Amino acid sequence: MDKKEFYIKSYCTIENGVIALNGRPVFQDDEKDFLKFIKSAYKSLEIGYPKFYKMDALSKLSFIAADVLLDHEKVMPEDEKNIAIVFSNKASSLDTDRKHQASIEDEEGYGASPSVFVYTLPNICIGEISIKYKLYSENSFFIFDRFNAAHLHQYAESLLKTEKADEVLCGWVDVDGESYSAYIYLVSQKGEIQHKEEEIYRLYNN
Amino acid sequence: MSSVYLSHNNIVSALGCTSEEVVANISNERSGLKRIDDKRFLPEPFCASLMDAAVLNDAFERFSKKSDDYTRLEKMMIASLGEVIQQSNLSITERTGLIISTTKGNIDVLEKNSTFSKERSYLHALGKTIKDFFGFQNDAIVVSNACVSGILSVAVAKRYIDADMYDEVLIVGGDLVTRFILSGFSSFQALSDRPCMPYSKNRTGINIGEVAASVLVTSKKENLTSASVEVIGEGSCNDANHISGPSRTGEGLYRSVKSAMKDSGIAANKIDYISAHGTATPYNDEMEAIAFNRLGLNNTPLNSLKGYFGHTLGASGLVETIVGMHALKSNTLCASLGFDELGVSQPINVIEKTTSKKLNTFLKTASGFGGCNTAVIFQKVQHG
Repeated sequence: MDKKEFYIKSYCTIENGVIALNGRPVFQDDEKDFLKFIKSAYKSLEIGYPKFYKMDALSKLSFIAADVLLDHEKVMPEDEKNIAIVFSNKASSLDTDRKHQASIEDEEGYGASPSVFVYTLPNICIGEISIKYKLYSENSFFIFDRFNAAHLHQYAESLLKTEKADEVLCGWVDVDGESYSAYIYLVSQKGEIQHKEEEIYRLYNN
Repeated sequence: MSSVYLSHNNIVSALGCTSEEVVANISNERSGLKRIDDKRFLPEPFCASLMDAAVLNDAFERFSKKSDDYTRLEKMMIASLGEVIQQSNLSITERTGLIISTTKGNIDVLEKNSTFSKERSYLHALGKTIKDFFGFQNDAIVVSNACVSGILSVAVAKRYIDADMYDEVLIVGGDLVTRFILSGFSSFQALSDRPCMPYSKNRTGINIGEVAASVLVTSKKENLTSASVEVIGEGSCNDANHISGPSRTGEGLYRSVKSAMKDSGIAANKIDYISAHGTATPYNDEMEAIAFNRLGLNNTPLNSLKGYFGHTLGASGLVETIVGMHALKSNTLCASLGFDELGVSQPINVIEKTTSKKLNTFLKTASGFGGCNTAVIFQKVQHG
């Protein structure tokens, strides 16, 4: 079973005001404020999923990146595909953690909001994607100080070889104050780009 | 694929600073939960399991005198992992992996009175602190996947060993009781000011607890203990239903256990005991009861250890696994503390009294925000 080869079927990046699918921009906006930027992307891409509005910044970023990619791959909720999701980042959910912390600093401590608190975990963004696409599959969230292709590569291969998943949506989704970046890719038995560390880095640095 | 085992282990908690001490307290049905009235945490009283500062310092100072340089969580993790490394006599090489399991790490450094740099709130910084302290050659891999983190880490470690990335992996899991966490759960109206009562009709909500727990995961049979177990199957599946509430049908948990059973090649009737999640919220407990019934596990003895430790978040799956290992070794089914009258719609076999029973396998499950679920099946190691 170790002989099986895997490929990167599609990839999506969101960085510096550009959303690109397989290297080609699908949305661009000079807006510097991330939340305004991602909202205009949501509208322009005609995603039509009102739950988007209640998500925190990390979930909005991850959700749009995944939606652009999975829609392109024609993944339908009714197919209940076994696509595992393995995400990673540097700042965990700190962007939202700081908001929750600010709301409880006063002596009374009653400022906490459940709708903020629920997003103080990085894996919530995977939950949001799983809900829309009905992915009853494995999900894991890892934290590294920088993009770690070796780890993602190893982990995805392991899930595929042991047949825990048919495909794996991997990547990096990070929001920290003003800065944001997403790079996700779908690993599959089909595709043109070999699933290798060098290729994962090459697409990341494009 | 060679077999993968859980070996040397430690728990640093309100119930003691070694697994043996903690397990002895659990066998005597002693809880670490206390009612706390402290405005620094919450305006109203709550019930939690807190690590005593003096006890923690003593445990930490066995490994370092630089108490002021480390945060509370770092001290707990160092005291716990240090004990495992010492016990196992392990020399750390380039083939030794390190996994940190946590949901919030050093989140308390965000508090305005904290003397530590805000940089410490990054989970990779916590990983680096632990890596540097013990001289690991590989970077720490931080697993932060809500309340399944601890048990998911065991599955992750097994995969690394199966994939020949490491010979052995040390896992340390930990989370703190903080104003951050308490105020959040309080905003969900989920906190109880009394000891929690998982699966009970009279339940009043959850308690939060803090622990650090560590375990050596290895494929080498020569470094096992008398409580060692083999990891024979694992599975993780999402509910694809709701981010803060579990599935009404227990879908993700059902699929996780199915996947773990398929992996292990054993049927439901070969599982001797379930160490379940049991947070003592109505939705969680009900969801588990439904999933276990769908799996044909409704007669299998089951407990929740939340009545001893509270919900210890990213460490809970790990600490509860360690207690399960010791339960297998001593052939003991520990009482599900706080249980009185069944408060779920489907029958489940909650352990009411600590009893002796020959045990060979157990199933550990956990579920968390984001719809995640993980199940791992363990089997006693037959010592020759």
